[in-house]
Amino acid sequence: MIAEIGLAALWLAAALAVLQMVSGAFALRAAEGEVNPLAIYARPAAVVQAVLAVLAFIMLLWAFAITDLSIKLVASNSHSMKPMLFKLTGTWGNHEGSMLLWVGVLALSGGLLAGFEKRLPARTMGATLAVQGFVALGFYAFLLLSSNPFERLPVPAAEGTGLNPLLQDIGLAIHPPTLYAGYVGLSVAFSLAMGALLTNQVNPSFARVLRPWVLGAWVLLTFGITAGSYWAYYELGWGGWWFWDPVENASLMPWLAATALMHSVSVLAARDALRTWTIMLGVLAFSMSMLGTFLVRSGVLTSVHAFAVDPERGAFILGLLLLYIGGAFTIFALRAGAVSEGKRFAVTSREGALVFNNVMLSAILAIVLLGTLYPLLTEAFDVRVSVGPPYFNPAGAIFAVPMFLVMAVGPLLRWKEDKPKRLQFELMLIAALVIGTIALVSFFGQFPLLPLLGLGLAAALAVAAFLPLKGRKLSRVPVATWGMVLAHFGVAVSLFGMACEGAFSQERLAAVAPGGTEQVGDFSFTLESVTPVAGPNWTAIEARLAISKDGGEPVILAPQARNFWSPPMATSESALLTRWDGQLYAVVGNQAEDGRWQIRVWWKPFVTFIWYGGLLIALGGILAIAGRVKVDVKRRVASAKGAERRADIEALGAAAPVPAE
Amino acid sequence: MRSRLFLWVPLALFAFFAGVAGYMLTQEKDEFVESAMIGQPLPDFALAPAYGGLPGTSKADFTGGKPRLLNIWASWCLPCIAEAPQLEALKAQGVEIVGIAIRDRPEAVAGFLARHGNPYARIGSDPISEVQLAVGSSGVPETFVIDAQGVIRYQHIGDIRPEHVPVLLAELEKAR
Repeated sequence: MIAEIGLAALWLAAALAVLQMVSGAFALRAAEGEVNPLAIYARPAAVVQAVLAVLAFIMLLWAFAITDLSIKLVASNSHSMKPMLFKLTGTWGNHEGSMLLWVGVLALSGGLLAGFEKRLPARTMGATLAVQGFVALGFYAFLLLSSNPFERLPVPAAEGTGLNPLLQDIGLAIHPPTLYAGYVGLSVAFSLAMGALLTNQVNPSFARVLRPWVLGAWVLLTFGITAGSYWAYYELGWGGWWFWDPVENASLMPWLAATALMHSVSVLAARDALRTWTIMLGVLAFSMSMLGTFLVRSGVLTSVHAFAVDPERGAFILGLLLLYIGGAFTIFALRAGAVSEGKRFAVTSREGALVFNNVMLSAILAIVLLGTLYPLLTEAFDVRVSVGPPYFNPAGAIFAVPMFLVMAVGPLLRWKEDKPKRLQFELMLIAALVIGTIALVSFFGQFPLLPLLGLGLAAALAVAAFLPLKGRKLSRVPVATWGMVLAHFGVAVSLFGMACEGAFSQERLAAVAPGGTEQVGDFSFTLESVTPVAGPNWTAIEARLAISKDGGEPVILAPQARNFWSPPMATSESALLTRWDGQLYAVVGNQAEDGRWQIRVWWKPFVTFIWYGGLLIALGGILAIAGRVKVDVKRRVASAKGAERRADIEALGAAAPVPAE
Repeated sequence: MRSRLFLWVPLALFAFFAGVAGYMLTQEKDEFVESAMIGQPLPDFALAPAYGGLPGTSKADFTGGKPRLLNIWASWCLPCIAEAPQLEALKAQGVEIVGIAIRDRPEAVAGFLARHGNPYARIGSDPISEVQLAVGSSGVPETFVIDAQGVIRYQHIGDIRPEHVPVLLAELEKAR
């Protein structure tokens, strides 16, 4: 029954998406100020559709919870012996389930938009909902026609085949859902951008409607990427935190586009400038989300995230991409010329700095996109290449370094026009911090160029982030400004972590006999014992390492080499010792012929700051949303009061004319 | 009126990507790295016995008479257990199989052969994957067809499943 309810809900939701699309499109046929009678169905259709899609997802969740082995997806991805948490997270640890999650979030954000957004003109809202319904319809079709998650087995399986052990981790519980919510939240930005473009409503009030969606999606993406990076760091056991893997890049690209969009939408809201550019980024951000889904799900690129791939499904998603991205860019090309130019501004102004950094972000996006797609391109000519850090790091840095510098100065500039002379002190301070830090660090040793630059920029950014508060009464600073300060400071913290990891990491790979002692940095580690241990669905070799710093009290770390039996797979479970100034990262490898064990230990100073920074950035985004919502609610209350007062005056005026003064 | 040409740039870029991606989807996906050694003679090598029961092997063992199979395996490799019956079947067809045990220990090799059968005529020990890399193999198990002149003629990547046995027999026949 569970599967049938889920499937029926999906079909009904797809039907409602059609209704939403058609009814929304009718709104465009209404004259200015009027409402087409057929257009009233779009909003309720979107809301009910959201309920149905979420219901379908809950049904699948339920099927996984009770391990219903008559459902093919459960049988091939779950196991009755798995811990409950991983049974549930297994729901989205596979292709069909994760696509259902994607569609569920898509419908939910469409429903929220339809349910709560009352500020947009009816025509724009209709067009927006029509686009949202059109996008949803494509993904329902994909789910129902080529990846049905509720497919039954003719004969129920006796036992499930289990879940890839790398995915049996708490990281999987958080990372994909937040990323998906972020990806798909951008679909609303996409629909709104298309709606505004179609009805020629690209203006500040549209930007104010768009902003919370972009901010929300951006916060979720930031959080998801941060969590994903940490998950890869401790779970894959390679000691790295970013691998420039196609799937990682697929999450980074929408984030870069959303970061640019978030800033440009603020300019549009505050200054009525950058109209076409904002629309372009709105289309681009969700396009990058869909492109990421395509790259991950089609298997055209080889990646460490080796999902089950299927060229037929790839062709289906490519078809959807052609329809949506191709369609959106075509409309953009045809209509964007009609969007009148926004307000002008000087080069040295807040807008100027934002535009510069928007261009830099887009350039970094182009570099990541090129690096990700380059193997695909060369493979078409039968040359296999793999593009890695030697390309991404320097090529990205060319644009990231000027971006960080402008980011330090930008928030200090005035809107419209400003004179650099006014900021003499701040500019000198920033320059001094960059140069001073680099000089100081170089004094202590030879370090690679990029981490060195990173340290200098991080120091300058950390201070510059707080400069916008200078000379202001802190209790009167708007919440959204605190959000910006915090997010920019988070960038500095994260950059500091990356630079430290790059410059000062120490690594020791040694074959150690039980009882043997080795040294890494200020730490010495002794291999106390190597023992077999067993978990619910795995067995492992566990090494006990006694770690002590400068001969102090030892701490025990226990890295494991695990063997899962269903499905059979070996994983390396790293053990981490977290201190305020960094992490010790230990991995146990194979046993050598002479009985010694391969032990690999890294000391990574301040590596945790990478993720602390990521969290600060996300928190800044949350503050920005909170601040905007607060202002918005105040404004609504005020305008409601104003309307009341006007109505009172009118009522009075009708009864007794106000005497002329 | 502003120039509208640049507004078409995103669409053009996307169309280019879609073209390449569409083309790639139609292409057979080949996840394995094929040896560039096919058609080349075996490199010179001489390996010590992997355990006490069988002699080691060298390039000289592959010249003269008939084509042979070179099986790259290891006792620690699970798919190697899966392919053991197929190797037995090939041996029963009169195929001479020379094994190279990768990064292995004599006791482990002997234990594996006792448990899963011994289809080999010789087994050399390659403790540092030297010969494995020289013949262009990137993993275990892999199986090569070597003709009577010691030239590599065919590479099978991964475990030999029952359906691969006739393929290998046909390749051996071709190499004759």
